[in-house]
Amino acid sequence: MKANKRDVLTGAHFIDGDHAAGEGAIAAGCKFVAGYPITPSTEIVERIAARFPLVGGMFIQMEDEIASSIAIQGAVWAGKKSMTVTSGPGFSLMMEHIGFAAITETPCVFINVQRGGPSTGLPTLPAQADMMQARWGSHGDYETIAIVPNSPQECFDLTIRAFNLAEEYRVPVLVMMDECVGHMTEKVVIPEADKIEIVERKFTKKSPGEYRLYDTNGTMFPEMVKAGDGYRIHLTGLTHDEKGYPAMSPKVQQKMLRRLVDKILTNEEKLRHIEEDQIDDADIVVVSYGITSRVVLPAIKKARKEGLKVGHVRLVTVWPFPEPYIRELAKKVDAFVVPELNLGQIVHEVERCAAGNAETKLVPHAGGAVHAPEDIYDAIKGVVVHA
Amino acid sequence: MLDQNAVETEIPEKENPVESLLRMDRMPHIWCPGCGIGTTVNCFARALEQSKLDLDSVSIVSGIGCTGRVAGYLNLDSFHTTHGRAIPFATGLKLANPNLKVVVYSGDGDLFAIGGNHFIHAARRNVDMTVICVNNLIYGMTGGQVAPTTPVTAKGTTYPYGSYDPPFNLPYLADSSGAVYVARWTTYHVRHATKAIKEALARRGFSFVEIISPCPTLYSRRNRLGDGLDQMNFYKENSVIKNGADTKDVGMDFQGKITVGKFVDRERKTYRQLMNEHLTNVFGEQYTPYEG
Repeated sequence: MKANKRDVLTGAHFIDGDHAAGEGAIAAGCKFVAGYPITPSTEIVERIAARFPLVGGMFIQMEDEIASSIAIQGAVWAGKKSMTVTSGPGFSLMMEHIGFAAITETPCVFINVQRGGPSTGLPTLPAQADMMQARWGSHGDYETIAIVPNSPQECFDLTIRAFNLAEEYRVPVLVMMDECVGHMTEKVVIPEADKIEIVERKFTKKSPGEYRLYDTNGTMFPEMVKAGDGYRIHLTGLTHDEKGYPAMSPKVQQKMLRRLVDKILTNEEKLRHIEEDQIDDADIVVVSYGITSRVVLPAIKKARKEGLKVGHVRLVTVWPFPEPYIRELAKKVDAFVVPELNLGQIVHEVERCAAGNAETKLVPHAGGAVHAPEDIYDAIKGVVVHA
Repeated sequence: MLDQNAVETEIPEKENPVESLLRMDRMPHIWCPGCGIGTTVNCFARALEQSKLDLDSVSIVSGIGCTGRVAGYLNLDSFHTTHGRAIPFATGLKLANPNLKVVVYSGDGDLFAIGGNHFIHAARRNVDMTVICVNNLIYGMTGGQVAPTTPVTAKGTTYPYGSYDPPFNLPYLADSSGAVYVARWTTYHVRHATKAIKEALARRGFSFVEIISPCPTLYSRRNRLGDGLDQMNFYKENSVIKNGADTKDVGMDFQGKITVGKFVDRERKTYRQLMNEHLTNVFGEQYTPYEG
């Protein structure tokens, strides 16, 4: 299915990442956004609030992030594609409803334009310190998909991808931007509507008598319905059986939870989205994501100039983590250098997957600015390369 | 002497008149003997039948707690959401599809403690929904802790020497927040409550029905008020019907008089009407109304 022409502002624009993400949502067919504005994500909802009256969408400014993150799910079960937008403090408040979306398999999109934390932290300055929260923030076991843009263009492209993945995998998809990417203004090319691939919601063709809310028909994904169509569904955040009815037994819990996790983890390779550069001969690989994936470039260039064999792996999909990929790469290289705008989050995943086969070195940064490329260069120089 | 024949005589089973509205495959329900929630469900089911609404278009949204389980027993599109968040879920549901009739059905703790903020904002916006609050003056499911409705001096596990925490007067809160319809009845007043729900369902905008209900297991017993029947007798003897009463005068004291009746019935434009009218004024023909 292609995007609707009316929704798409085809052309070249000079806009920031927040505005681009808003356009991405509109192009993806999002028709309901609930939000509680928060720096540095506010421009996304402002863009949407300005544009929605012209494209048949509804924006509502809710009383808080808790309300926003559940209102969008109400809209999903009324048949709409929906999104909410926030930054760290609001993301913390939304955790309960990321869990609700995970257990009820409600397809929806959350954008977090990350800023420094904890608590109110650095409202106008960048960080990448919510990455583990994106993975583990709501209580209980569950899986989501988290994707991380590094440019305004990608804020547009990946927001569309987020909506598509949400429909395909029946999960909340998290677009983990950061303040730099959100407020950075660059050229954003919005293609013709018929060049934009949209995944439509897979509504069941079964009759109300045949349909069961969590019947996966031999796949890993159940089919959707919407309120008002006569299916008389029951949706609950309690552990539930195939019919959607509460069923609190270890057996039902095991069956439900296993599928919620496996539907993502067993599709990791399909969901994998990485960019590799100069890794064929690399002894050292820099693993980065988001804005940091741009900051590392001069450091890698300088080290290469000095004869160090340095490559770069940029993670676009961070969750699910590309575990088999890093495991294999660790057998071929001597070291991973992991710069991130936090004091060590994704580095733990890299180190775990390296499993002792390669040294793993964090280049921490508490946030508030991006790394100095020199710090990354120094870290590259500091790792031991075996002859 | 017991008439042996009478024991053996089969009593013809009458079909439960609201059975078609219940998910019978989920019975028995979890509520205690003497609990009033089932009575309110009966009132709701009858009101729904009388309202002649297309039942496929009715969605029911609950939060967490004993009353939160109502959604799971009604044979409607039903949503058992998170604690306190039934109203914002219902807001999204209703705004995204205006053809739905959306009912929020939850308890006093869920709607007015953890969910209090959402209640006042949905009323302020006048989102078109009916909120039914079963007010049993306590947190039942979790074992009898005081709620923001527990009358002062009543005992709960968390205020074991009696509560000194001033409670909300729910009709006053609903009224002052902008609800277009506000009524309070008790589970003794089944016909009045049914009528009130029917009227609330017929209103466009944010309508609110409070039903005072006994919790014999965790409120009455701890406060030595007898069983469910004793509470019904109490409601019968102590309720005062005052339609049109000023809501600021209908607060409840521990075992005091209960003012019941229809307090508010007025018209206000709904959130959606306001949005469409305003944006049409601003944009004229360019305005693309939301495709609900």
